Amino acid sequence: MKIELPLAGALFAVAAAAVVYTSFTLPPVLSTQNGWRGTAMVQIELPAHRKALQAANVVPEAQPPAELANEKSSAVYENVQVLGDVDSAEFLRIMTAITEWVSPEQGCTYCHAEGESLASDALYTKVVARRMLQMTLKINAAWKPHVAETGVTCYTCHRGQPVPAEVWYKESPPPEPAYAGNRNRQNQPLPVVGDSSLPHDIFEPYLSKATDIRIGGVKALRTGPNPSIQSTEGTYGLMMHLSQGLGVNCTFCHNTQNFADWQTSTPQRVTAWHGIRMVRELNNEYLDTLVGAFPANRKGPMGDVAKVNCATCHQGVNKPLYGVSMVADYLALKSGR
Amino acid sequence: MAMLSFERKYRVRGGTLIGGDLFDFWAGPFYVGFFGVMGAFFTILGTAMIFWGASMGPTWNPWLISIEPPDISYGLSFAPLKEGGLWQVITICAIGSFGCWAMREVEICRKLGMGYHVPFAFSVAIFAYVSLVVIRPVLMGAWGHGFPYGIFSHLDWVSNTGYQYLHFHYNPAHMIAVSFFFTTVLALSLHGALVLSATNPPKGEAVKTPEHEDTFFRDAIGYSVGTLGIHRVGLFLALGAGFWSAVCIILSGPFWTRGWPEWWGWWLNLPIWR
Repeated sequence: MKIELPLAGALFAVAAAAVVYTSFTLPPVLSTQNGWRGTAMVQIELPAHRKALQAANVVPEAQPPAELANEKSSAVYENVQVLGDVDSAEFLRIMTAITEWVSPEQGCTYCHAEGESLASDALYTKVVARRMLQMTLKINAAWKPHVAETGVTCYTCHRGQPVPAEVWYKESPPPEPAYAGNRNRQNQPLPVVGDSSLPHDIFEPYLSKATDIRIGGVKALRTGPNPSIQSTEGTYGLMMHLSQGLGVNCTFCHNTQNFADWQTSTPQRVTAWHGIRMVRELNNEYLDTLVGAFPANRKGPMGDVAKVNCATCHQGVNKPLYGVSMVADYLALKSGR
Repeated sequence: MAMLSFERKYRVRGGTLIGGDLFDFWAGPFYVGFFGVMGAFFTILGTAMIFWGASMGPTWNPWLISIEPPDISYGLSFAPLKEGGLWQVITICAIGSFGCWAMREVEICRKLGMGYHVPFAFSVAIFAYVSLVVIRPVLMGAWGHGFPYGIFSHLDWVSNTGYQYLHFHYNPAHMIAVSFFFTTVLALSLHGALVLSATNPPKGEAVKTPEHEDTFFRDAIGYSVGTLGIHRVGLFLALGAGFWSAVCIILSGPFWTRGWPEWWGWWLNLPIWR
């Protein structure tokens, strides 16, 4: 006892010192104020972290402008179901860009089956790509409350990969516990909820189905039936994803004095509100409908296709690609012609 | 002013740190001293500044009056008075006033031949305040990171500052501080209950002695820290609460910029179960 206690104390001190030394970061920090002074509505970042993000979010150089052929793509190519009114030279330029954005290593044959006509729909990837083009056009035309004039291109999500880095599938139901220990899809520190204990099954309820997110009370003391604490934590879990996906903290949108109050929230909260509805539409109308097209190896454990969340486009930055508009160089992706 | 019978014995000359005999006198029941004069100066100036700031603000509602720090863009420089400069002057006055009060306590301790327990304890509270308005803002590079001086507004600041790190309950130093706060309350309630029970016996019974109190806790939990010891424990717990509070806020920002749950990655990644 006389030796063990000091020894245990010394070991603990060494372990604690090692954790402190390795786990924390050092000043200086960068801060961006986004509320009235004194409200502590501030975004905080490490300079090295911002630098790495900036390096990872550079827009690729645009394809050189095309010399117009003055002929519609649908007149030159067969089976053109989208962008048919676009000049055929511009159409080819866009196809070149898409290859660079989505399948730079695999090339054209990732979608256009080798040895077959360009019109062939033999590969599932071509069917998916067509639907994704329709989705891009829809976002740029109808979801301006979220994407503004910046718009999106394939690159916003794909970043040179056939499958975007940040996608989600439906979770398989948790194993039936033998007698106890039902975690109820929480208390597992997963990255989607920022390593917290909050419920991690957040995408299907909120970004596929339209489960109510704004469940805060409007009165100090509630009367009548209330949303459960689980639904509160579900909302918190979803918001952890939003924060992580956009690389911001809660005060980017909310004055946490009252999360629900629109008057004290920042304008970004309105943008996010539209974004959540946009993501639901994309998942339900553009991705889930492709379930028949995708092969089994591209599907999740529940047999559903990969779907989008906030991080799919944002990738840790509050304005994807730091707000640089790629659509400006490919106006056909905005207007459809 | 009339003095209580035992008061004269405590009005001892000397023990001053600054000013020698010059300020070594009492105003009514209050010892003055150099730090009393300086403290009064800072207090009156600072309070007047708050009232001036309030007079320029939108409300006289005491709950809502708020003197805000400068915008972050001012960094560590002086801001115009009406754009946070007032907050800076008030902060200087507050630190001056709290510091003088602590030093005046030191002088009184010296007069009475006591240990410095009381000024030391108060210094921990001052340290917590200075952490919030000087140490952390300086480490983060802007006075704008200080908290606003207002009853409601400083609470809103606390909320937002917590949510800058997504979930503040995962802050390890916050966990320690909260544990100290609750333990302080537990210890005080046990101690208060014990003293009240011992000193309020049923009709016809004598007041219980410390022996009785010790016996009660030896029976209940196998140990009694004793009548003197409980006050040491109380001081340690209370100062621990204040100290770790200061640590938890100094860590948040200068030494950790992301969500606090993420900090526990070192635990999740321990080679034992990774």
